[in-house]
Amino acid sequence: MSLIHLRNISRCYQMGAETIHALRDVSLEIQRGEYVAIMGPSGSGKSTLMNLIGCLDTPTAGHYELNGANVSEMDDNQLAEIRNREIGFVFQTFNLLSRSNALHNVELPLIYNGMAMEQRRRVALDALAQVGLADRVHHKPNELSGGQRQRVAVARALVNKPSLLLADEPTGNLDSRTGAEIMTLFEELSRKGNTLVLVTHEEDIAKHARRIIRLRDGLIASDEKQAAGPG
Amino acid sequence: MKFVAEIREGLGISWNALISNKMRSALATLGIIIGIVTVTLMGAAINGLNQAFIKNVSALGADVFYVSRFKWFNNTYEDWLSMRKRKPLHLVDAEALTKQLTLAAVVVPAISDNDSVKYKTRSASSVDIIGTTDGYLQTSGGDIAQGRFLTAADGRGNQPICIIGNAVATNLFRGENPIGQRIRIANQSFQVIGVLGKQGNLLGWSLDNRVIIPIREFLSGIWNGQLDDIEVKAGKLANLDDAQNELRQVMRRIRHLRPDQPDDFAINQQDQLVAWFHSQTATIAVIGLFITSLALFVGGIGIMNIMFVSVVERTREIGVRKAIGAKRRTILLQFLIEAACICCFGGLIGLGIAWLATLAVTQWLFPASLSVGIVITAVLVALLTGVVAGFLPAWRAARMDPVEALRSE
Ligand SMILES: Nc1ncnc2c1ncn2[C@@H]1O[C@H](COP(=O)(O)OP(=O)(O)OP(=O)(O)O)[C@@H](O)[C@H]1O
Ligand SMILES: [Mg+2]
Repeated sequence: MSLIHLRNISRCYQMGAETIHALRDVSLEIQRGEYVAIMGPSGSGKSTLMNLIGCLDTPTAGHYELNGANVSEMDDNQLAEIRNREIGFVFQTFNLLSRSNALHNVELPLIYNGMAMEQRRRVALDALAQVGLADRVHHKPNELSGGQRQRVAVARALVNKPSLLLADEPTGNLDSRTGAEIMTLFEELSRKGNTLVLVTHEEDIAKHARRIIRLRDGLIASDEKQAAGPG
Repeated sequence: MKFVAEIREGLGISWNALISNKMRSALATLGIIIGIVTVTLMGAAINGLNQAFIKNVSALGADVFYVSRFKWFNNTYEDWLSMRKRKPLHLVDAEALTKQLTLAAVVVPAISDNDSVKYKTRSASSVDIIGTTDGYLQTSGGDIAQGRFLTAADGRGNQPICIIGNAVATNLFRGENPIGQRIRIANQSFQVIGVLGKQGNLLGWSLDNRVIIPIREFLSGIWNGQLDDIEVKAGKLANLDDAQNELRQVMRRIRHLRPDQPDDFAINQQDQLVAWFHSQTATIAVIGLFITSLALFVGGIGIMNIMFVSVVERTREIGVRKAIGAKRRTILLQFLIEAACICCFGGLIGLGIAWLATLAVTQWLFPASLSVGIVITAVLVALLTGVVAGFLPAWRAARMDPVEALRSE
C-alpha cells in the first residue's frame, strides 16, 4: 500500500468572477521510503500540492489517502492530529518561533501530542543532536545562522518520527554552501528510511532525489525515476 | 497531562508577550486597573465601615430606647418641620417615666451642647458637653478608666464636677493626672472626678471627645429645661416589645394625648440605626458596582482590542503552530490565557493601588479594610473579564486557515 495516494485531486481558488485552477485532476502515488522532488515554474501549483499532501489544505475535488486514512473527509481537529503525528514540515522561511530557543521550538510538536516533560526534553535533544546542533539548544533563532535555523526546523519536523517529511524550497533562503549541507542532511534522512517530498526550483537540488515530478499549470507534466543522486 | 502542558505553554507565551510589550500591556490594563481598584476599595470601605460600625454600635445597647421629639431616620423635610413644632421633653417627663415605668431598668435624661473646654492655658474646642445622670453609663455602653462616674446623689445635685472623655483627657492633660484638677467650660469651673474608657467613633462621630456633667449643673448654666432625649433601658427580664409598648403608653399619658391624637414623640432604637446603616452601605455598593462594571466594560474593550492586534501580529506564528499540530482548542486556549494573564496583571496592579488607597482612606477618612475574600473576588473578576474580552479575538485566531496564516507577512 502506498503512503500517499491522490486520485483526481483538484484545487480551485475563486477570485471574484474568475476561478483559478491551481491543481487540475492530479493523481499521484508515493511509496514509503521514497525521495521525491517536485519541480515546475512559479505558479504551477507546487506549494498547493504540498499543502494538500501535508493536510494543511483540503482539495476542492478528488480523494486523498494518507497511510490508509481518508484525509479528504477529515475535520479540522483530525487534520491537526494527522499533521502532528504523520507529517513534518520544513519551510523556505524556517518559520521558527522567534521568542523561543531551539529546544523549545523542537519540543512544540511533542507538547501538542501530550508527551511528558522529561521524555519530551530527551527526544527533542536527540533530534537536535541528529541535525548537529547539540551545542546550540539554548540559542534563539536570531542567535543562529540561516543554515542552523533550517536545521532546527528539520529537527522540529523529525521529532515526532513522522511518516512523511515535506520541504517547500528548504534551500530557497540559504546560500549554496549551506543549502548543500541541508541537502546532505536530507540525503542521510532518506538513507535512514524516511519518506521525503521536497519542492525546489533548482535542478542541482532536485538531482538529490530518486524521483522528479514536474508540474505545469496545475497538471503533472512528467514523472521520472532516476538513479541514486550524487553523494 | 496534555491539557496541563498546553496551559503551561499558554502561560509561557503570555509571559513572553507581556514582557515584550510592557507599555502596551500596561496601557491596555488601565481600565481593568480602575475597575479592580473600584471593586476593591468599595469592598474595603463596606468591610471597614461594617467592622467599625458593629464595634461601635454596641455603644447603643440593643435594649435601650431613645425617646425624643425627632424620629432618627427616614424623615422627609415636612416630617422634620412638623416634628420641630412638637412640645419639648422636660426633666419632669423623665422623672415621671422613672416613677411610672415598671419594665424599665433605668431612665436617663440627657442634653448636650458643644463648647470649648480649657485647662490652664490649653483648650479643646467643640467638645460635646453632656448633662445627664448616673444611669448614663448603663445606656451609653461606656466604662470608667480612672476615678469614678456620677452617683445618684450627683445626678440629683448640682456640684460642679465632671467626667471627661478619653480624647479630652489626652488632649488637655497630656500625661498629667486629671483627677481632682479643675477645667473651665463656658467660664464655669468643674472638678474632674473621672475619665471614660476609649470608645472610638460612631459614624465618624468621636465618642471620646466629650465631657459629662450633672444634668442640674447644665440646667443652672445654659439650659432652659428642655431635654434632647430620654434614654430608657429595658429591664433584664423584660420583653423588648412589651417594654416599648409600656413606654409608649406612659409617654402618651404624660404628654396628655387623647386616643385619637398621634404620638408627639418618637421612640428610637439601635436597630433603626443598623437598618439605616445597611441602606447606606447598600448605596455605596450600588454606586461602586456601577463604576466597577463601567470601568471593567471599558477595560474589557481595551483588552479585546490589543488581543485583536496580538492575533494579527502573530498570524504567522498561529499558522506554524497549526502546521505542527495545534488544534483549534489549543490556539483558543493560548489566547484566552494571554488575555486572562494581562487582566490578572492589571488586577494585581489594581490591588496594589487599592491597598495603598485603603491605607490612605483609613488614615484620613474612615476605616477601610481589605480581606482575603475581597482580594480573591478582585482576582476572579479580572480573570473573568480577560476570558470574556479575549474570547472573540481568540476565536478568530483558532479558526484561522493554516495555509493563509503561513502565507501572511
Ligand atoms: N489563496 C489563494 N488564492 C488565490 N489564488 C491562489 C491562492 N493560493 C495559490 N493561488 C494560485 O494558485 C496557483 C498555484 O500557486 P502555488 O503557490 O501552488 O504555486 P507554486 O508552484 O508554489 O509557485 P512558486 O514557485 O512561486 O512558489 C497560482 O496561480 C496562485 O496564484
Ligand atoms: Mg510555492
